[in-house]
Amino acid sequence: MEFARRDAPFIAPKANVASIMRQVLYALMPATIVYVWFFGAGLVFNMLIAIMFCIGGEAGMMLARGKSIRVALGDFSAIVTAIIIAFALPPLTPWWVTATAALFGIVVAKHLYGGLGFNIFNPAMAGYVVVLVAFPVHLNFWVAPRIGDLDYHYVTIFETLSYTLTGTLPDYLTIDAISRASPLDAVKSALSTMHTFAEIHANPMMGDFGGRGWEWISNYIAMGGVWLLLKRIIRWHIPLGVFAGLLVPSGLMYLIEAGNHASPGFYLFSGGTMLCAFFVATDPVSAATSPRGRFVYGVGIGFLIYAIRRWGSYADGVAFAVILMNMAVPAIDYLTRPRIVGHIKHGKAPGA
Amino acid sequence: MSAPTFDLGNLHGGLRMPRRKDKSNKQPIQQVPVPQQLIIPITQHVGDPAQVVVGIGERVLKGQLIAESDGPISAPVHASSSGKVVAIEPWPVSRRLGGNAPCIIIECDGEDRAIELSEPITPYESLDQEILFQKILQGGIVGLGGAVFPTAQKLMHASITPLEHLVLNGIECEPYITCDDMLMREQANEVLGGAQILMHALGVEHCFVAVESDKPEAIHAIADVMTALQDDRIALKQIPTIYPSGAEDQTVQLVTNKEVPTGGLPTDVGCVVQNVGTAAAVYRWICKGEPLISRVTTVTGDGITAPMNVSARIGTTVADIINFVGGYTENVHHLVIGGPMTGRSVTTDRIPLVKATNCILVMSDEEQFGHEQPCIRCGACASVCPVQLLPQQLFWYACADNEAKLRGYGLMDCIECGCCDLVCPSHIPLTADFRMAKARMRELADEKARAERSRQRYEAHTERLEKEQMLRAQQLEAQKQAAREGGSKAIRDILERTSKKDAQDPGED
Ligand code: SF4
Ligand code: SF4
Repeated sequence: MEFARRDAPFIAPKANVASIMRQVLYALMPATIVYVWFFGAGLVFNMLIAIMFCIGGEAGMMLARGKSIRVALGDFSAIVTAIIIAFALPPLTPWWVTATAALFGIVVAKHLYGGLGFNIFNPAMAGYVVVLVAFPVHLNFWVAPRIGDLDYHYVTIFETLSYTLTGTLPDYLTIDAISRASPLDAVKSALSTMHTFAEIHANPMMGDFGGRGWEWISNYIAMGGVWLLLKRIIRWHIPLGVFAGLLVPSGLMYLIEAGNHASPGFYLFSGGTMLCAFFVATDPVSAATSPRGRFVYGVGIGFLIYAIRRWGSYADGVAFAVILMNMAVPAIDYLTRPRIVGHIKHGKAPGA
Repeated sequence: MSAPTFDLGNLHGGLRMPRRKDKSNKQPIQQVPVPQQLIIPITQHVGDPAQVVVGIGERVLKGQLIAESDGPISAPVHASSSGKVVAIEPWPVSRRLGGNAPCIIIECDGEDRAIELSEPITPYESLDQEILFQKILQGGIVGLGGAVFPTAQKLMHASITPLEHLVLNGIECEPYITCDDMLMREQANEVLGGAQILMHALGVEHCFVAVESDKPEAIHAIADVMTALQDDRIALKQIPTIYPSGAEDQTVQLVTNKEVPTGGLPTDVGCVVQNVGTAAAVYRWICKGEPLISRVTTVTGDGITAPMNVSARIGTTVADIINFVGGYTENVHHLVIGGPMTGRSVTTDRIPLVKATNCILVMSDEEQFGHEQPCIRCGACASVCPVQLLPQQLFWYACADNEAKLRGYGLMDCIECGCCDLVCPSHIPLTADFRMAKARMRELADEKARAERSRQRYEAHTERLEKEQMLRAQQLEAQKQAAREGGSKAIRDILERTSKKDAQDPGED
């Protein structure tokens, strides 16, 4: 009898890229629902627009590079990029801002660097940084979460859609009327105007740790992240690194001078920390490779988030922190190579 | 010996994976009858080829020497049944690259008449090491775990280094394979008897029998014989069920907590590892006079109707063995010699069972292999690599053909276990790529060595030329001198001729 040949091993791998990406998407679903509850349907519109442009960009680039579109779209990685971009943007964002972020992320940060697996920068964060710099006004337009006792205007689907599509609100509403500082912004400017953190924390917009409402989104994102950890889709090194890098310096500062510094808990549950720790920094392609390297990479991101929030001119620093650490990856990889079994240290035989 | 102890080893990474062993270990080892034809490869070990000592048409008896060892690392081969040598010709065998190898083909007479058994040596303790090594060599015994290194030479080499432990490897960590498990269950006395002989041959005072914890029956069988033997030099060591705990260096690491240095051997940390099957073969040869002419092999996989372990004569074709166990199922995809992680796929079942064949695995198409996608650098491969390599980096540099980086990242330390393949979400055939890259590097090293040799030859050559030329110049100078001084016409003639020649043809040699 005759048989087909193939190389060992003869047991097929169980994991595949598409299922990993799909599970990442599932993990963000609860947070999506909570987000929409607090801030209206804007997130969903942003997701749809980002998905459209990410997929369009991916397909276009695969076509241009003469590769199979089906395989590229089948791995769901472009959709993950889109969803993360949507989570990073404010709920009310004009479509062209979202589209710019999506296209820059996919076309420039991903494909011009060689496509999935070769990109140095996290595509979602690269796209986000570009619009943060290019459209600062739009990216600073946040609304208040839907909580009864806050001065609150519930943006309707119609109002959201109008702003998303045209960049203007219906005549009866002005941006100034509904625009609110994000908790990170509020705390930052209050601290710089000589308020103590305790005073700021007494403000009704503040919850247990982060802003009221806002912190619940963080909680649900974290839950999704823990689920990914349990499913072993991501490993603990990066999230823990991010937390350590953020909590240690902020905790120290808070211990030294509680009045002039926000609490570590506030930093943890505000802005993009959770999204970053579980969903952005853990992007395998742009992270360091070895477990030790990943922890270091996470610590770097956490620390940079803190530094930018505390001393930088941006309220949140997640995207810059990730991009900066992306650049440090080759160095981290080189310095954290594991010791090969049978070698005394890396690349050195015993006695050599 | 009472209850065996459980030691959690310190192996890095590794895989806990479906064992699929219960397919084949449910019934005793079955004896495959004498086939009509035996196809016996002349060389069944790594090292120097053996030399045929029988002619075509010659009648041979079971156990008769048909090819003798030749060279410092070599092992002889014996006829595994009686009959007539009908041909000595190339025949398909299981090799990494496929292809044929010279085989002695015996038409069996079915009588299975044995040659006068060589006298069992009892007590073997009376023999000194050298003679025992010679004796083991004559039995044609090679490592039966799959490496098929000639046992006598392995022992000989080991005995000149300071040793602490003999490690009997009964771990058998690859899925599907159960031949060592069954052997330990049924022939534990021969295994431990072999261990005692090996200890004597090596002059070591301690032996670990390492068995994976998922083989309770084998562990009990070994423990029972240990109780009977009352030999306190032998200790049983349970090894956690994790692949690849049975790979030689990993076994040493698990048993002794010491890492075999890169490029080194277990002897560097005071250990010699022998497969349990090898130990049993040594016992049968030394104490019963039976050379290595048969072995236990696992016939299994979804493509086999009734998986089981069989004891078959070396040279029986895989087709005959599969017929004996009841044939193939409908759904047959790959025929693998060896386990599913490290075995070799072959294209035909005409190949013979050899000393190395621990498993005949027939895979159905149940295993679905996806298309290779780009590496997403998820690091899953690095977290399972038992040698702590970074397969994703190796893969990158293998694609780039960057030899220096490949060396720096430890390609040569890769044990080709296949763990990285099994966890890769991008379905990259990492192990196959590494195997190829290693072969290429070895070739390159060979080429370099060749180039170095010819460079040296060339240098020696030019040096000699230069010397000769200098000598000639000196002679010429002397002649010119003589001519100037003496003015003899003859000399002047010669001088003219030579200088003209020099001018025309300066580089002539
Ligand atoms: S497991 Fe595969 S995809 Fe992941 S890093 Fe390793 S080679 Fe790349
Ligand atoms: S095949 Fe090589 S690189 Fe892959 S896990 Fe095994 S030793 Fe590591």
